[in-house]
Amino acid sequence: MGGTDDDGDVRSVKMVFVTVGTTCFDALVKAVDTQQVKEELFNKGYTHLLIQMGRGSFIPTKSAGGLGCLAVDYFTFSSSIADNLKSASLVISHAGSGSIFETLRLGKPLIVVVNEDLMDNHQSELAEELAERKHLFCAHPQTLYSTIANMNVDALLPYPPADAKPVAKLINRFLGFPDD
Amino acid sequence: MQMEDSGFSMMMTPKLAITCIVITVISIMIRLAYVIYQSSKPLKNLAQQPVSTLIVLGSGGHTAEMLNLVSILKKERFTPRFYVAASTDNMSLQKSRVLETSLVDQSDNEKVTKATQFMQIYRSREVGQSYLTSVSTTLIAICHALLLMIKIRPQVIICNGPGTCIPLCIIAFLFKVAGIRWSSIFYVESIARVKRLSLSGLLLYKLRIADQIFVQWPQLQSKYPQTHYVGCLM
Repeated sequence: MGGTDDDGDVRSVKMVFVTVGTTCFDALVKAVDTQQVKEELFNKGYTHLLIQMGRGSFIPTKSAGGLGCLAVDYFTFSSSIADNLKSASLVISHAGSGSIFETLRLGKPLIVVVNEDLMDNHQSELAEELAERKHLFCAHPQTLYSTIANMNVDALLPYPPADAKPVAKLINRFLGFPDD
Repeated sequence: MQMEDSGFSMMMTPKLAITCIVITVISIMIRLAYVIYQSSKPLKNLAQQPVSTLIVLGSGGHTAEMLNLVSILKKERFTPRFYVAASTDNMSLQKSRVLETSLVDQSDNEKVTKATQFMQIYRSREVGQSYLTSVSTTLIAICHALLLMIKIRPQVIICNGPGTCIPLCIIAFLFKVAGIRWSSIFYVESIARVKRLSLSGLLLYKLRIADQIFVQWPQLQSKYPQTHYVGCLM
């Protein structure tokens, strides 16, 4: 997924999709909306930034894009973000397991940003573990810029498909059914 | 003489009562120990009869994990199937219906689907509910769970977090102790739990209510040695 049409004036659309799910995660929207992050994304070859901002109150600045800057748009909710994920070249998501696995299964590069304001923050465990296994990058709102600057999307490993067979085998054995 | 006699029986009654209580407590403890010991051992299901199965759907990601598992279980073994979800969760039962309908299309087996039921259960506490009102809603939830369990009396319970499954599992365990119905309880810890068991998982683990607890990360298994590592369900 390296940069295409780097030297042409017309760049192909490379969308960055930001999602906070049903939560309120202004810190992430703010971090994405900084000039620093937007410039870095543009330098990396991305052309569009679409933000699903959920219940947050911080409104990012819209931009039509064009010369040397990213096109920025946002919305609050939609019934399904599947299409947004499919058309994205990079996904920046909150740490909810639903959007993490939906993105990984589509094979999209993913940066998970952990919300430090949540009380029982066990969800960061999952993001950190998957980052250690190189399936995604894990960041905090204040480290988002450096994560983007230092990331190498090609170094990510594909997430293996789910496999329920080991559980089924153990349940069958316990109940005295023969293995399939 | 009469006076002495009544005095004697007066002396005996508390002694007898205490003896009765002690015997009862000891026999309940023996029964408890037996049930816990027996629960950890695999069944000898030589006849390989189908087992009635209660599937508790957590919500959201929990439901997705559970349905991934249910979709590969042999349906003729786990029948009839009862799906239970929280009354505030509209999506889970719908998703399980989709799964069951797809089974019919595959095998065209009318018998299988006729045996499937979908039910909702009151949750003891919603997110953000105050603790004071939680007391009464918990009582209602327990009564409702008891009614459901008397009706279903499953032989197998497959569940995961969050708390929806806890009253059902506790009642199933009490049924085992009381000799009403023997059941095997399987709990699958969520993939989101990497380092610590969830509250539900910890309860079932520490109280030894679940026969088997499955975890999706190896480091969780090494922290809780009685669990079984099964890899990722998502």
